[in-house]
Amino acid sequence: MELVTPGIGLIFWTALTFSIVFFVLRSFAWKPITTALKEREESITNALSAAEKAKADLQQLQSSNEKLLQEARNERERILRDAKSAADKMVSEATDKASTERNRIIAEAQEAIRQEKNAALAELKKQVADLSIDIAEKVMRKQLTDKSSQMDLVQSYLKDVKIN
Amino acid sequence: MNKSYIKYFIFTLLTLFLGNKVQADEPTEGGVFNPGDMIIHHISDAHEWHLWTTTGADGKEHHVSIPLPVILYSEKGLEIFSSANFHNDLQTYNGYKLEHEHIYLADANGTILTDANGKKLAPLDFSITKNVASIFISAFLLITIFSAVAGGYKKNAGKAPSGIQSIFEPLIVFVRDEIAIPNIGEKKYEKYLPYLLTVFFFIWVNNLLGLIPTGANASGNIAFTMTLAVLTGVITNLSGNSSYWGHIFWTPGVPLWLRPIMLPVEVVGILTKPFALMIRLFANITAGHIIILSLMSFIFIFKSVAVGVPVSAFVVVMTMMELFVAALQAFIFTLLSALFIGAATEEHHHDDHH
Repeated sequence: MELVTPGIGLIFWTALTFSIVFFVLRSFAWKPITTALKEREESITNALSAAEKAKADLQQLQSSNEKLLQEARNERERILRDAKSAADKMVSEATDKASTERNRIIAEAQEAIRQEKNAALAELKKQVADLSIDIAEKVMRKQLTDKSSQMDLVQSYLKDVKIN
Repeated sequence: MNKSYIKYFIFTLLTLFLGNKVQADEPTEGGVFNPGDMIIHHISDAHEWHLWTTTGADGKEHHVSIPLPVILYSEKGLEIFSSANFHNDLQTYNGYKLEHEHIYLADANGTILTDANGKKLAPLDFSITKNVASIFISAFLLITIFSAVAGGYKKNAGKAPSGIQSIFEPLIVFVRDEIAIPNIGEKKYEKYLPYLLTVFFFIWVNNLLGLIPTGANASGNIAFTMTLAVLTGVITNLSGNSSYWGHIFWTPGVPLWLRPIMLPVEVVGILTKPFALMIRLFANITAGHIIILSLMSFIFIFKSVAVGVPVSAFVVVMTMMELFVAALQAFIFTLLSALFIGAATEEHHHDDHH
């Protein structure tokens, strides 16, 4: 019975001490501790979500980089292709132009040659005619004397003539 | 700052032990060892802090104890004096007699005064007994330790805990996340967390102090457990919302004719909850002490080394177990307090079935 009979003194001192401990700890320990714990947990949660976000951002950046790189690659290929086709075009154009020019020059040259030839022929004809007239004149003049001498004369004139 | 406090505390304790020790000579009572008396003596409260007893050359026992202040309130008024004053043949001082750690009114011859019905007359005893002193020590330890822990949070704001802070942080977080939040709920737990934390560490520290040899059995005393159980009961009923009281006075979900019958059952339920808390803590701690003391008694009964060795091994095992029980009972008391508070503050929906 002794053991299960609570004494008033111990009840009083337990209640008093517990109350003092409770009020002291509530304001000087539990409040700052729970507040600090909460703040730290929140900051950790925030830091974690920020890291997660940064990771996602980085991933996005990487994929956009990849896209950009792919675009650049495509662009390069396109430029190269264009340049090649332009060069090919230029070469073929140049070739065409050169061949037309060549043809034109050849044609001109042929024309000139033909004209020169014609001119030379005309000159030749004229000289032949002149010569013929000269010879004929001289022959006509000598004819009056003697036949054999006329022949000799013709012969001698012909010796003088140099056909160019 | 805190270190200097601790030094001061140790210094005070040492002066108490060395400076104020009192040697009282008492005749041995027949020299027969009575384990029952020894155990009851050890688990009961006392007006002095007994340290050890030696038997002198004259065959008398010398008790070395720290005397504690006796505070009495009676018709004669408030009286405060040292318990050392009772160390005389009659165990009587100034009209008070100390008999089996109870103080009664007595005459000059040491005869206890009785009233007309033969009941012994006693003053109200508010003495700083061994248990009270032990509770004071626990209060000092709690305030010192948790001021240091709180200081750690100021010093390491936003950083990882260090030192004593990292020892207690898991325990504080445990009480919050495993006891308060699951039982009371995310919304309301903050209001009750300081009480739950205080009650947890208060009981635990007192349990541990009780395990120290020569220590007091404060948390195994029914007055101690009753005070805390009543506190939980008061907090539970003061926090009770309309749904809680509705359940008690007009239990929903039961047939109408049963409701008046349920009323006394529910009202008794208000009392049985703290009562269970009181008995559980008292019985667990006291039983642990009784087991250890019973084992120890074997040594003095058989007066044999062959018994002493295995008994010591058993006592070591039991003490380990008691260390576990010390934490476990603090946890259970706190858990049940949280459960009762949670049940009283829970929001019920009207269409709920119970």
